[in-house]
Amino acid sequence: MIIILAITVAVLYGVGAFLMLQRNLSRIVIGLAFFGHGANLLLLMAGGRAGRAPFVGEGVGPTSDPLPQALALTAVVITFGVSAYLLTLAYRSWLLIHTDEVEDDVEDRRIAEMAAARTAREDEVPESTEDLEDRPT
Amino acid sequence: MNVPAALPIVLPLAGAAISMALGRWHAARRVLGVAVLVGTLAASVVLLAQVSDGSIVAVTLGAWQAPIGITLVVDTFAAFMMCVSALMLLAVLVYAIGSPKTDDTYSFFHPVYLILAAGVSASFLTGDLFNLFVAFEITLTASYVLITFGGSRLQVRHGMSYVVINLMASTLFITAVGLMYAATGTVNMADLAGKLTEIDPALRAGLGVLFLIVFGIKAAIFPLFFWLPDAYPAAAAPVTAIFAGLLTKIGVYTIIRTQTLLFGDGGPSTLLLVVAGLTMVVGIFGAIAQDDIKRILSFHIVSQIGYMIFGLGLFTVAGLAATVLFVVHQILIKTTLFLVGGLIEEKTGTAALRKLGGMIHASPILAALFLIPALSLAGIPPSSGFVAKLALVQAGLEIGQNLIVALSLAVSILTLFSMIKIWAGAFWGEPNENPPIPEGLAADHPIGPVLMVAPTTLLVVAGLAFVVAAAPLYELSEIAAANLVDTSTYVRAVMAP
Repeated sequence: MIIILAITVAVLYGVGAFLMLQRNLSRIVIGLAFFGHGANLLLLMAGGRAGRAPFVGEGVGPTSDPLPQALALTAVVITFGVSAYLLTLAYRSWLLIHTDEVEDDVEDRRIAEMAAARTAREDEVPESTEDLEDRPT
Repeated sequence: MNVPAALPIVLPLAGAAISMALGRWHAARRVLGVAVLVGTLAASVVLLAQVSDGSIVAVTLGAWQAPIGITLVVDTFAAFMMCVSALMLLAVLVYAIGSPKTDDTYSFFHPVYLILAAGVSASFLTGDLFNLFVAFEITLTASYVLITFGGSRLQVRHGMSYVVINLMASTLFITAVGLMYAATGTVNMADLAGKLTEIDPALRAGLGVLFLIVFGIKAAIFPLFFWLPDAYPAAAAPVTAIFAGLLTKIGVYTIIRTQTLLFGDGGPSTLLLVVAGLTMVVGIFGAIAQDDIKRILSFHIVSQIGYMIFGLGLFTVAGLAATVLFVVHQILIKTTLFLVGGLIEEKTGTAALRKLGGMIHASPILAALFLIPALSLAGIPPSSGFVAKLALVQAGLEIGQNLIVALSLAVSILTLFSMIKIWAGAFWGEPNENPPIPEGLAADHPIGPVLMVAPTTLLVVAGLAFVVAAAPLYELSEIAAANLVDTSTYVRAVMAP
């Protein structure tokens, strides 16, 4: 039934998106895999109703469209390859820093702290120039 | 079959295979890489000559007619982009060969780089949405390897977010292609151009936005740009240069291609203009806050993408011509600036402005190499940036989009400001007392290794030549834009050759 497929696709996308929003790298990788499966199933659904005869042979009645299956096959191979690469990266990251968490953008945080420090200093600026004269330059 | 049309894809792929087989024979690999890219450049120039009058060459592989077969389409826009990107790929390869720690330290650099070149060509040439996905994947997979090939902690961390975000964008792309196929029954772009007008307009608009999001992530438009300033600066200098010059521009190219051919409705697009304005403004504010040369330049990429979307959003021949000219100018200038940034890093060991200073005394030539493209980026006359921005502003005023024009001019001033920040931080002032210059490196080369300086200089000169040849280049852009606005030539060339 196509409606069951549609629900499956929706669940796969939902689970995938949820997992990708986590901070653990392993969950993100699994989330991407779910997302990819959802997309492949969606491609398959684009080929027409479920249960139709495949393209090959001399069947009776409507056949299913073979092109989305070819597309899904290509997409599966690509997702597989890239996921493997991502897993090696995750392993490398584990070897280097022994943590599974996706880190913040450190440089970005430094810039933010610099701005915060500057604001804090400006708060200390004396209100009149008389105060300034007491200060050593 | 038109042979030059397939060469820019076939040559680098074959070159990559041979390069792989050559193993650690570095000299042969270098010669091969340069020869292959020279061949690609030559094929692109031949193609541009064929289509410079506005005609369109369509090639169907294996003689299966469109929309069944795989189609390669060469129009003026694609050929123009191919020529510029082939030139960049060649210049950056020479720079990478010259740079002491890129190509022979990492044994896979040459094959992967050539695969990247093939992917870039394929993205420009394909006339079919699914092959566009495959071309994107070729380019991206190569870029995943290039961005992390040092294997250092920083590169792995930054590379990871790059891979994850791009993998997600690719999956969304597949989703969009699947929905498109379900709605229309085809993935051939020329065929889609006709069939999309027959489906429910709401569905068509939805698909349009979905594709805008997919390519917007690749092109780093607001609000989808956050990965870019995080990922790019970590890679090696030549890698960052080619990514900055080409990869986001492929995203822009596909946005332009799909929004004109598939989802264009003739008038200015408010959505695109709003996105353009926000991209410009947010990008430039990000750049002003940073104090690392590579990060400032990365935020500039984002800001300048806004200008390209601005021209596209106008949806007139003048607007699109300006966008084409601007994209070409940006590919050239951005690559140059990152190469100069790499030279600074090579010479001093850092790209952080707070550690740099007084470089104008140490190497005035380097200062000049930076200054010319920097002024061009800000759009100071007479520079390529001025010509391209003038075209954009005129196109905007022509149809009364004054707000976005004013915004783009304000952002130009801020661009100049942040360029001055690099200039004042790195080149003016007293030389840093403890320059972290690696021993022996600076003494040998007053500017840098010859093979790094030569391509950088060549690109700076190319930027100057751009201004001299501005009139014919604009005419070429206008021809390209005319075919983008009136899609009938494209459809006819593919569907009824």
